[in-house]
Amino acid sequence: MYAMINGTRTELPDGLDVLGLVRFAALSPDTVVVEVNGCIIERAGYDQTMLKNGDQVEIVSFVGGG
Amino acid sequence: MHISSHSDSRTNSDALVIGGVSLTSRLFTGTGKYASDAFIPRVLEASGSEVITVALRRVDLTTQTDTVTRHIPEHMRLLPNTSGARTAEEAVRIARLAKAMGCGNWVKIEVIADNTYLLPDGYETIKATEILAADGFVVLPYVNADLMIARSLVKAGAAAVMPLGAPIGSNRGLQTKEMIRILIEEIPLPIIVDAGIGKPSQACEAMEMGAAACLVNTAIATATDPVAMAHAFGEAVRAGRRAFLAGQAPVSAGRASASSPLTGFLFDS
Amino acid sequence: MGFADVLDRIERRNFSEKMENYTEDQVRRALGRERCDQEDFLALLSPAARPWLEEIAVRAQDISVRNFGRTMHLFTPMYLSNYCSNGCVYCGFACSNQIVRKQLSLEEVAQEAGCIAATGLRHILILTGEAPRMASLNYLESCCRILQQHFSSIAIEIYALDTPGYQRLVAAGVDGLTIYQETYNQDLYATLHPFGPKRDFHFRLDAPERGCRAGMRMVSLGALFGLDDWRWDSLCTGLHAAWLQEQYPEVEVSVALPRMRPHAGSYSPAWDVSDVDFVQILLALRLFLPRCGISISTRERAWFRDKLISLGVTRMSAGVSTAVGGHGDTDAGTGQFAISDERSVAEMAAAIMGQGYQPVYQDWRDIRP
Repeated sequence: MYAMINGTRTELPDGLDVLGLVRFAALSPDTVVVEVNGCIIERAGYDQTMLKNGDQVEIVSFVGGG
Repeated sequence: MHISSHSDSRTNSDALVIGGVSLTSRLFTGTGKYASDAFIPRVLEASGSEVITVALRRVDLTTQTDTVTRHIPEHMRLLPNTSGARTAEEAVRIARLAKAMGCGNWVKIEVIADNTYLLPDGYETIKATEILAADGFVVLPYVNADLMIARSLVKAGAAAVMPLGAPIGSNRGLQTKEMIRILIEEIPLPIIVDAGIGKPSQACEAMEMGAAACLVNTAIATATDPVAMAHAFGEAVRAGRRAFLAGQAPVSAGRASASSPLTGFLFDS
Repeated sequence: MGFADVLDRIERRNFSEKMENYTEDQVRRALGRERCDQEDFLALLSPAARPWLEEIAVRAQDISVRNFGRTMHLFTPMYLSNYCSNGCVYCGFACSNQIVRKQLSLEEVAQEAGCIAATGLRHILILTGEAPRMASLNYLESCCRILQQHFSSIAIEIYALDTPGYQRLVAAGVDGLTIYQETYNQDLYATLHPFGPKRDFHFRLDAPERGCRAGMRMVSLGALFGLDDWRWDSLCTGLHAAWLQEQYPEVEVSVALPRMRPHAGSYSPAWDVSDVDFVQILLALRLFLPRCGISISTRERAWFRDKLISLGVTRMSAGVSTAVGGHGDTDAGTGQFAISDERSVAEMAAAIMGQGYQPVYQDWRDIRP
């Protein structure tokens, strides 16, 4: 399946949950926040949130800023 | 000499209290524009700052990037900003994402639709403040030094007001000094001068006027020696605050002239 | 409601003694600051400020000119009715005083208005005693309809109303409310008002705020100096004005400084307010409230009023009669108080211009409907 991750169409394995996606992107869960189709996903629920074909996903983290 | 205020456990009678948190240092710092993020912990130690801003951006999935929080000591209070937001709605979204990071519920609202001067949109900021304050955030809105906007922010539930001294990154000092003075007099919230402070003397001046704190990013991050500059800023903010607490000296005694043209009539026989 | 909470936090007992403790250092500090706070205000009102009156006056004049320019607004009071059910011991109109009671008919109102407008004045202050049945809201609304044809600003100095009452008058064209607490000493207030609706201290205290909520553009406060320690009543008047300015920044707040004068009835004031005392009140208020209007009535002598022009006064009455129908009617009857400055509008204007100030008959007209 595919999903829009941070605005980029990305091919993903079927049956992937958010925790899997974060690991897939080589990220550490406690340094990011994930939003799927406009809803912020609680970290505790990462492994229960399945991704579907066409989902809009945003993965954000803190960066330098004033 | 390094000053580490985070290990200072003496009670502080001049603490700055925001959102129920008691702060000893009245210098807030930022994490932007550093040549290297490795400067950040040394800057914090040199300045004594306890509050640091960060921004929120999409993770770059193609490269391994370091997250800035790795360089921020645990005891620091994080102040995520909503930079990138052009409307209240976008600011609210960013604030919620930042809160979901689990590093606290403070947010600096920064709503800027002007890319030339990076001046904030007061109206959208007020709207975002109202929504987020009601949602339990500790809201520190960044705005122009405008009394009407500030009054609306008080009503909207802001925890402080952060007027700009001059446009972001300009290092031009307290161009809005008179307006900031009015805010300090009229607004019953901490006034934190944010943006435009280029020199420690300007931060000192803001504190002498009665500002509650100063937020300095560019002037420290882009200095030739950021750590030394951070130390200077820490001292300047402390000096300014002490001067403010010490109060003004009275006018000099003695009158210049013996005649009383305005009130003499009261004493003429 | 609001100001009562502020008033409750200051103590009248031992106040007069505490004022003796203020020092010249504190007065100098007040003079050196950009903005005066409550402590500075008290220092300026204290005996310690006496030797510094000239310096304070210089500061007051500077603040006044910068905030108001060299202008003086002129107005006159029009007494519509002296029927009164209060027994205020210090007032010529008190219920128990045997004076001729009169209320202007609408024709007389029109005639009086015409006489006043002919002098060039465009701001009118209408007064009544406490007589809601005689000088009713209906009557006042009818008077306003007539007065609107002659004047661009109508202020009222009448019995205290509730908010809906003020709203009705605002809708009828009233844009200013003048109401004096007389004294902010609650215990003394009770003895000065033995009977009548005005006896309710807090209802009166909250009236200016109700006026603001009802949409009054201007609100004028004051105390009748001489009833109690003038330092106490000056402090409270200043705090009341400051509080209103803060709560209702869109309202133009001003203070008046009526000083006890001879009147029908036998009350003589407990406290003396000398000319020097009076000027000290004026100057301290000006420094504490840089943007507050200050009004002086014709209770004060002509030459004294002239000296006050350059000290921060912004409004003065002229061509005054305190009798009902006094402007038109040659048989007007007893006035509320004795007038010391009987000059006409033209004479006042000349005196003001003689001081280098401009007499203003009409303020900028509001375009709000």
